[in-house]
Amino acid sequence: MAVTIEKERSVLVVFPHPDDEAFGTSGTLSKYVDMGVPVTYACLTLGEMGRNLGIPPFATRETLPEVRKKELQAAADAIGIKDLRMMGFRDKTVEFEDDEKMVQLISGFIDELDPSLIISFYPGYSVHPDHEATARAVVRAVRRLPDEKRPKLYLVAFANDTEEGLGQHDVEHEVADMLDRKIKTLKAHSSQTGYMMKDLEAALAAGEAEAIERFSKERFYYYRWHEDFEDSF
Amino acid sequence: MEKVNREELQRLIDSFAGKELYIHLETTNGSYAAHFNEGFFNAGAFIRNAQIRFELGKVAGESPHRVGLKLPYGWVYAQGITHYELDEHGRLLMAGLDGSGKLAVALELSETPFAY
Repeated sequence: MAVTIEKERSVLVVFPHPDDEAFGTSGTLSKYVDMGVPVTYACLTLGEMGRNLGIPPFATRETLPEVRKKELQAAADAIGIKDLRMMGFRDKTVEFEDDEKMVQLISGFIDELDPSLIISFYPGYSVHPDHEATARAVVRAVRRLPDEKRPKLYLVAFANDTEEGLGQHDVEHEVADMLDRKIKTLKAHSSQTGYMMKDLEAALAAGEAEAIERFSKERFYYYRWHEDFEDSF
Repeated sequence: MEKVNREELQRLIDSFAGKELYIHLETTNGSYAAHFNEGFFNAGAFIRNAQIRFELGKVAGESPHRVGLKLPYGWVYAQGITHYELDEHGRLLMAGLDGSGKLAVALELSETPFAY
């Protein structure tokens, strides 16, 4: 298992929702930022269909996108990401977009940014339909490149059957020294994380081993090209 | 949004009757429902910016309320409406929030299209 955080040429992060970056990758991304590695975060939607509106409600279905847009910017600032791109898709509709268009979007980023690493979700193991659609587009775009031109893929997988299907993760980053920024990132998404932050902060402050362990290690899978989810696209 | 005042909501719905409107209607359990509760049958529906005109609209039942709109050739209804607001753009936003503040249903009416 790889545990060292290597210095990359540049890193492309592709997730569909504001806060997808927060739980599993914000410590790692903070590390890259501090190493001087250019990080681009393409966030496909604004999480417009988020369900949590609060008691009493702090937003409506129509004001939520603006709330989450500000949260996303604040989260990127907390991590130190300078190149944040909001791509204007609508939450829960990504899988219904034209599949070729989605691949082209990712290919365009690869052409422009020449990333040595792409961070996204693992197709088949990322639960939310938008995650899956994003993951498929990333894998397809990378598959079209010749082997020697392919950037590394660090993919997040959290479906309940992940270990059954993929086994152990391949990469584990120790980010305990980035906990402050990670908490700040999570707090930036307060419309989504507000309910859990109090408990989490208390657990971390009390030194609860399980919370610290879960929070200070970020885990990724390489893509299993030999078990590709499709033959071609 | 505030908790539904049935008489006030009824007056607002009446004020939209007979007009050419854009509608947002949504029901959801959340995309993670079957992740947290395996075997859960996750169903929902979403329509945004379809155009409708209704001739009769009614708020029914005790909270959570039902709201039904009778169209010239059909019906729209939503069940579980708890909150509402006439927003700054004159749009009538109705929502059903569960006990933890999560949206389960939304029904919204506007004379201009909702943002993409």
